[in-house]
Amino acid sequence: MSAYDKVTAARSTKKLTSVDYINALFGESFIELHGDRCYGDDKAVVAGVGMLNNIPVTVIGLEKGRNTFERMERNFGAAHPEGYRKALRLMKQAEKFHRPILTFVDTSGAFCGIGAEERGQGHSIATNLMEMMALKTPILSVFIGEGGSGGAIALAVADEVWMMENAVYSVISPEGCASILWKDSSKAPDAAECLKLTAKDLFDLGVIERILREPTADDHKMFESLKLLICRTFEKNLAIPGDELARIRYNRFRKIGKQD
Amino acid sequence: MDLFTFIKPKNELENSDDTDTKKPYVPDEMWEKCPECGTLLLTTDIEENLRVCSKCNHHFRLNARQRVDMIADKDTFVEMDKDFESANIIDFPFYDEKLEKSKKQSNEKESVICGTCKLGGIETVIVSMNSEFMMGSMGTVTGDKITRAFEYATEQRLPIIVFTVSGGARMQEGILSLMQMAKTSGAVKMHSDAGLLYITVLTDPTTGGVTASFAMEGDIILAEPKALIAFAGPRVIEQTIRQKLPKDFQTAEFLKQKGFVDKVVDRRYLKETLKHLLKIHNYGED
Repeated sequence: MSAYDKVTAARSTKKLTSVDYINALFGESFIELHGDRCYGDDKAVVAGVGMLNNIPVTVIGLEKGRNTFERMERNFGAAHPEGYRKALRLMKQAEKFHRPILTFVDTSGAFCGIGAEERGQGHSIATNLMEMMALKTPILSVFIGEGGSGGAIALAVADEVWMMENAVYSVISPEGCASILWKDSSKAPDAAECLKLTAKDLFDLGVIERILREPTADDHKMFESLKLLICRTFEKNLAIPGDELARIRYNRFRKIGKQD
Repeated sequence: MDLFTFIKPKNELENSDDTDTKKPYVPDEMWEKCPECGTLLLTTDIEENLRVCSKCNHHFRLNARQRVDMIADKDTFVEMDKDFESANIIDFPFYDEKLEKSKKQSNEKESVICGTCKLGGIETVIVSMNSEFMMGSMGTVTGDKITRAFEYATEQRLPIIVFTVSGGARMQEGILSLMQMAKTSGAVKMHSDAGLLYITVLTDPTTGGVTASFAMEGDIILAEPKALIAFAGPRVIEQTIRQKLPKDFQTAEFLKQKGFVDKVVDRRYLKETLKHLLKIHNYGED
């Protein structure tokens, strides 16, 4: 598969979304929580609490929607500032109760529009980056589809970042890159190659820890082993004192592009 | 040979091709046209006015060193990490050439300079981004230099002042540029948790990954008049929503009205404002 094939696969509407993963992993135990307590409830972000085996977990996902109606309602997974602020509110709540945080990333990017700018899209992402870095509770991010730039990293300042084999994570969309580089967005497949955005590329660059085989909807065995893998990671990180965990998280990012 | 022609004093400014001697000749670099109001201004007058148009108050763009000179006490700036240079880590097309060109054009090695200086006698760390180097884009070296400046300020318990100007994360270093947003934010957080003051000065234009990281994380966020400050730039938004944007959308004044900027400060009062803020936070009291 070429890099652009991966991009196409990551964008496929047939792909499982955050809600599918949450249902498969948490089942009946999931309770959705709403709102940022400032402005509103952004449906591009689905969030709540639930049990993963015997561990209480806060789970937050960027949700694209599973059919046309849902996709409209979810704004195709492009969150507004209130979405990122809802996520942060619930992450702070998780820290208070020393619950681990699981995030699912699937977005073409943070929404760009008048309202998003007026309500501080840049500020909301910046605040998440800063606060997540210091959270004294374990954070794990799983990329299940598209990881579009600032809108993706705003939920991915984590102890570990995992990616599905057909997920991508990039600083800019291949189309955007091609139109800057060659003034021709149809050269997106070439740009996708250059950007090094596949799970394999990112693993080689030391940006992610694990590549996962992608489950289908009825692949219960795969979901069981995914659940086990997540639980084991949480158990390991719950044993580390919060301050120490935040320091390790900072060093995880600190080493990327370190000059000395 | 006619004697009078021979002794005619030679005028340096006289254009040899121009026979019309009544027309005074002024070299181009003596004048600059204000891009906002179109007034022709004497370059020396603009310089004296900290590169602000005396007619309409338009703030001309400054490079990183001009910014430092504007607020640092004379000869107090000591640069840190000045030899750090970017490499083409992911083998991105045309990046080497682009870096070479930017280095030549800007006479700098990266899109940011960092160091310490005194401001009205008060010791501070200063970070100044440069629009002349790849439009101030943030690559790994940019991110690392800024991170190190914050770490140094935390260790030395110093305040930090950051001038932002940027097109965002640097595409040519792929995901590694994006990671700098998290890294710099982590360094800001540590500085903040140590109880130290961070002042941001947003200048034209501050966009993308820089707006969505350290630019918006200051304890106090100042901005220059009319500066464009955005997450997504106006053209991208217009293309996405196919709607005309409101007047003055994404200017410093607009962001202040929406609650994201503390104060819009005329460049000519900036040093005084910064000094005052440092004093209010008990710096320079020993």
